[in-house]
Amino acid sequence: MTFRHRHLLGIEPLHPLEITELLDRADHYATLNREGRAPRDVLAGLTQINMFFENSTRTQASFELAGKRLGADVMNMAMQASSLKKGETLIDTALTLNAMRPDLLVVRHPNSGAVDLLAQKVNCAVLNAGDGRHEHPTQALLDALTIRRAKGRLHRLSIAICGDIAHSRVARSNIMLLGKMENRLRLIAPPTLMPSGVAEFGVEVFDDMEEGLKDVDVVMMLRLQKERMDGGFIPSEREYFHRYGLDAAKLAHAKDDAIVMHPGPMNRGVEIDGTIADDINRSVIQEQVEMGVAVRMAAMELLARNLRAERTGTEATA
Amino acid sequence: MSTLFTNARLIDPEAGTERRGALLVEGGHVKAVIEGTELPEAREVIDCRGKCLAPGIVDLGVKVSEPGERHKESFASAGRAAAAGGVTTMVTRPDTSPAIDTPETLEFVVRRAREDSPVRVLPMAALTKGREGREMTEIGFLKDAGAVAFTDCDRVVTDTKVYSRALTYAHSLGALVMGHVQEPGLSNGACVTSGKFASLRGLPGVSPMAERMALDRDIALVEMTGARYHADQITTARALPALTRAKTNGLDITAGVSVHHLTLNELDVADYRSFFKLKPPLRSEEDREAAVEALASGLIDVLCSMHTPQDEESKRLPFEEAASGAVGLETLLPAALRLYHAERIDLPALFRALSLNPSKRLGLETGRLAAGAPADLVWFDPDAPFVLDRATLRSKSRNTPFDGARLQGRVLGTWVAGRSVTETA
Repeated sequence: MTFRHRHLLGIEPLHPLEITELLDRADHYATLNREGRAPRDVLAGLTQINMFFENSTRTQASFELAGKRLGADVMNMAMQASSLKKGETLIDTALTLNAMRPDLLVVRHPNSGAVDLLAQKVNCAVLNAGDGRHEHPTQALLDALTIRRAKGRLHRLSIAICGDIAHSRVARSNIMLLGKMENRLRLIAPPTLMPSGVAEFGVEVFDDMEEGLKDVDVVMMLRLQKERMDGGFIPSEREYFHRYGLDAAKLAHAKDDAIVMHPGPMNRGVEIDGTIADDINRSVIQEQVEMGVAVRMAAMELLARNLRAERTGTEATA
Repeated sequence: MSTLFTNARLIDPEAGTERRGALLVEGGHVKAVIEGTELPEAREVIDCRGKCLAPGIVDLGVKVSEPGERHKESFASAGRAAAAGGVTTMVTRPDTSPAIDTPETLEFVVRRAREDSPVRVLPMAALTKGREGREMTEIGFLKDAGAVAFTDCDRVVTDTKVYSRALTYAHSLGALVMGHVQEPGLSNGACVTSGKFASLRGLPGVSPMAERMALDRDIALVEMTGARYHADQITTARALPALTRAKTNGLDITAGVSVHHLTLNELDVADYRSFFKLKPPLRSEEDREAAVEALASGLIDVLCSMHTPQDEESKRLPFEEAASGAVGLETLLPAALRLYHAERIDLPALFRALSLNPSKRLGLETGRLAAGAPADLVWFDPDAPFVLDRATLRSKSRNTPFDGARLQGRVLGTWVAGRSVTETA
């Protein structure tokens, strides 16, 4: 009973012990998932609503599957199609949904801080499935679990995060989580894709891949958004791949047993060479997807536990 | 009708002094400042109980949302807020909808102000039609109709040809132009200052350098055209050397700053609190320090509230989409007094920036405590502590960043032309 939060809005407010509890539970579910023995009663009787204000196939599917494996009633709402077009504000949408009395609300939104804002207005537990460039906590947790399973530990590792760090919520959450767990972080990106004030993050900063990847245990690639490719932030796709795309020559500077990660979906030939992505000795990309479901099961289980405790507590005092 | 204010701590920004004394007001003007114990007769005597009496605040850059958005702020509500805050003159902005860019709209504003506002209202007008930066407004007619300055507010005139012509034309009429100093290419889409905080929150940031770039450009244009120019808000350390040079070179340039940028910094945004979303955005602590220093030294001339009413609907949105601006008429003085209590500035210097300098810049007689000056006065207790509850604000919009803040400094009375505009609660 370490994890004590009402919502999972980001990695920033979590204590290392809470992260460990989440990962331990997720590890447990990963095993059960492989054996096909996931317990269907954990979230039984609870309603989970997935609200995605921004397109996502894999994250939404992962949350849906996680909820269903634990027995929740899952509903998906494609938000671009409905209320926003009619001019309803986010807070009104939140209040409307709140009146339907969901238990778990999974939200993705294109604006940083939007999920925090929504969480202030509802009575259920809110899971941030990505808000703007701010946080994507379950992605960082699934990355952490993948690393822990591959490397046997989640501390004192040298980890490189490479690519469009400025616009990446995955990078923010990972920097936060891996920093809290006392790893050595190296950020590698062209200066135009590096966030401002990065020198104060307590990380090492590189604009050269080979130098940055030297002797690292983990290489995390980030997706380069299409809209950043055409001259605004980098000169071209091909120059980017030449200087920052992960290929065998660049990967050779990392440790021999370094693992390669990518949050997906990949742009093969832009940020990562296809053969590396498919190399089963190096790439843990498929494992990341598998851990995604386990981590989301664990997160929802712990939030549901706290929610139930809170509700019982309220009734007891009422 | 004569009024004698006795037992006052007289704050005289012109002389740079504060002293015990009395003030005799007759016919709407200050008749005499009396230091001795021999007091003249008066119809009305007000005992100031040893508290401060200062020239009323001239707030340069107040948005009253008439015409267009009277539900956010009207001349009546803004006027009441001003009176409660010790503001005796509101210099209003033209960024209404429609913009105040014709003599006809200006006349409407002047009439509405005269009917509804208990304090003085001096309107500014747009520099270009519709604030679109393409064609200059009828600066001559607008000036005749009462416009005291010309500005497109937060819309920067990007076409330097248009801008230089407008400045040249304004110069020929002796009209003051107020510029917003943000290089729009850099600041477009940004809602906080770039740096660690912006990155942690994942919010698009603008480099503080955008302010210096815009100021450099405007200084060059002023040098070229000879225009009378006021930069609305200087909020960053890097812009200050440029301002110093421009002044040293004898250009007719002054600068202002909002009280929010002197008393808050970027970290106050915390978890996306949209009441702290301002234009320009709140800055780093180093920049705030530098701006305070510049105000105390007199490099920054004018301290204002940049009163910008926004309703709940436009603020209760994700931070990036929320409207910018904060109300400030009622909190300008107590917030500014934080600088006094922190021993960064004395009261005469504070009222130099709040009352005297804006008056001088606009060619007004107000802002002084000398015989012959208009009797626009604020009586206040600089030490009285209180916790601000935004529900008590007189503004129709209550988007203040100081909700729940501990402040010191209560306005006890406000007079415009010798007449009390204090609300009796």
